[in-house]
Amino acid sequence: MTTLTDPPKGAFRLSMLLNDTRYRSFTFQGIALVLLIVAVAYLANNLMTNLRELGLNISYEFLGSPAGYDINQTLIDYDSQSSNLRAAFVGILNTLLVAFLACITATFFGVIAGVLRLSNNWLVRKLMAVYVEIFRNIPVLIWIIIIFTVLTAVLPGARSYLGEDPEKDLLFGYFALTNRGIYAPAPIWNAGSGVVVAVFIASIIGVFGYRRYATNLLYSTGKLLPMGWPTLALLIVPTVLAFFIMGQPIGLDAPDPLANRFNLRGGIQIGAPLIALWFALSIYTGAFIAENVRAGIQAVSKGQTEAAAALGLRPRRIMNLVVLPQALRVIIPPLISNYLNITKNTSLAIAVGYADITATLGGITLNQTGRAIECVLLLMLFYLVISLGISALMNVYNNAMKMKER
Amino acid sequence: MKKTVFLGALTVAGLAAGVAAAGTLDDVKARGKLNCGVTTGLVGFAAPDANGEWNGFDVAVCRAVAAAVLGDPTAVEFVPTTGKTRFTALASGEIDMLARNTTWTFSRDVDLKFTFTGVNYYDGQGFLAPKALGVSSAKELDGATVCIQTGTTTELNLADFFRANNISYQPVPIETNAEAIQQYTAGACDVYTTDASGLAASRATFEAPGDHVLLPEIVSKEPLGPLVRHGDDEWADTVRWTLNALITAEELGVTSANIGEMSAAAGNNPEINRLLGTEGNLGEMLGLPADWAAKAIMASGNYGEIFEKNIGESTPIGLARGLNAQWTNGGLLYSPPFR
Repeated sequence: MTTLTDPPKGAFRLSMLLNDTRYRSFTFQGIALVLLIVAVAYLANNLMTNLRELGLNISYEFLGSPAGYDINQTLIDYDSQSSNLRAAFVGILNTLLVAFLACITATFFGVIAGVLRLSNNWLVRKLMAVYVEIFRNIPVLIWIIIIFTVLTAVLPGARSYLGEDPEKDLLFGYFALTNRGIYAPAPIWNAGSGVVVAVFIASIIGVFGYRRYATNLLYSTGKLLPMGWPTLALLIVPTVLAFFIMGQPIGLDAPDPLANRFNLRGGIQIGAPLIALWFALSIYTGAFIAENVRAGIQAVSKGQTEAAAALGLRPRRIMNLVVLPQALRVIIPPLISNYLNITKNTSLAIAVGYADITATLGGITLNQTGRAIECVLLLMLFYLVISLGISALMNVYNNAMKMKER
Repeated sequence: MKKTVFLGALTVAGLAAGVAAAGTLDDVKARGKLNCGVTTGLVGFAAPDANGEWNGFDVAVCRAVAAAVLGDPTAVEFVPTTGKTRFTALASGEIDMLARNTTWTFSRDVDLKFTFTGVNYYDGQGFLAPKALGVSSAKELDGATVCIQTGTTTELNLADFFRANNISYQPVPIETNAEAIQQYTAGACDVYTTDASGLAASRATFEAPGDHVLLPEIVSKEPLGPLVRHGDDEWADTVRWTLNALITAEELGVTSANIGEMSAAAGNNPEINRLLGTEGNLGEMLGLPADWAAKAIMASGNYGEIFEKNIGESTPIGLARGLNAQWTNGGLLYSPPFR
């Protein structure tokens, strides 16, 4: 016994699968895997057998046949003769639209409410607590329906804006708030409008360039350039100049009260279902995000705030420069799951007649073709892909924000 | 994550797996209760009253079947279904029959594997509009916002009608009749479209029914009837002939008033005798007691009585018999003979 040697590497014996802790876990995992495969195979086989007995078969041919129904909000060309597949795409785009809008506004509400919940002002703090507790403790479906009902009950009917001598005039001559939605003017792109758009994009790039230059200057020389008004000026002045130089190439297509006896025509219509769904999802999920933000801020040690204050930073700067960047590391992972929740909760759209993917493919198409299993499988695949996609994107962001170990 | 897809599929499969290959009649007898799918609430056709008791035109069919099979018109479990859930409920075996103003169409009969057992109401799709709108024809509805119950044939008919007339509209798909009515009365849509009988029934519940008109266009054929799962002919026969018994009873003048007397002993009319089981063995052929049809008719009267009591001209719904009169009166109701 002179030196420490490795334990004897005896030949592998079958009994080691049970007796040796190094191999035992493999045994159990193997057994579990086999059981899982058997269970899944049994259930899948059961499904196929039952379908065959019912005389049904799995077929996706219905996707190519005409849908036969109309949809009220279509972001791509669609009519009742388009295929079921196209109807599904219309639904997918509508789902993505409302999910995207709701994610942005929910983050906005959430960050503001979360920060204000920690305010030193008693009233503000309590108001935000009430907001969070009320909204996150009532199911989102109820909120969607309440908001939609309030919208339809409170806002005037579309017909009060119509005719030669309407009860109500258009707001600023361009906007109409009705219980069917908000009508707004649509831009008309005439010749030369491309130049204006290009100038606008160029000035946005310019703004970023200027801000980066100012920050670098501050860090390297300590010289402080003004940020607020140059940004604003860079953003507005060149575009306005280009607009007038090109001879006002962008016009506005205002809603026309005279074109039709039932509805306003022209402009952009943002339907009441979209507004209700968007708003409900935003404030509901915003309440959850507010709690994440609060938790994230409180996770940053108080010493950081005090140290920043001792350096003479003002409260807003402390929040923006010291606390929030550190809090983000705590906030982002739960934020991902809130975004996923928003995306999945958009499937409640049918409650207010919004034509999302669940309403088109999983609703009308499913009903009219009777292909329930096929449609539900497609729906699951869609939500899975979207959710995994969002989570992958957010993980990239999370990796960029997380603590860099040096 | 892939497992999720599978498990979801299995849930659907689980629904399908519940289907018994045959023998719904035996199942119902063994259970002692008939599971009947109805609407979530359409006054006159199927709606619970203040005591929670279901009443209506479709409900009467369920009760008649329960009376024929089980001898007790109250042995029915009413399962409210929406336009979307009704077929899954029937296909999965959750309900034994569906009596929910459902239109008999080729694809439902053939592709969805159901068997329609007859027509208890000949309907057509109409439009309900406020009088204040000043519309006298559905062809004037260019640009209108239309409320529509999703998951029904009306959705396709509507698209076809507007396309054929080359006019535009904005559909607002709504899940249930109650929500659609709420949207319509709030003015979120200009017109509401569904089966004309349903419109009349809904209008009857308005505060001022006189302020709303049914437009003259009937844009589709909507033969409504009870249906069962495909492949169980014995059960389909039971439901079919129960409905025929109600129709034949009206034709032969058998009413809830005189049925007690008529079914007590054989009379002079052999067809009435066969129907009521005082002669022949029709009940035995169906696997039911001899007085099955008598029980069915006793449940809520013959077809005419059911019609008058629930949706007829004396009710707030106020539907005329029209197409739903007996063939002897110029209508379409024509039951095959009991022989």
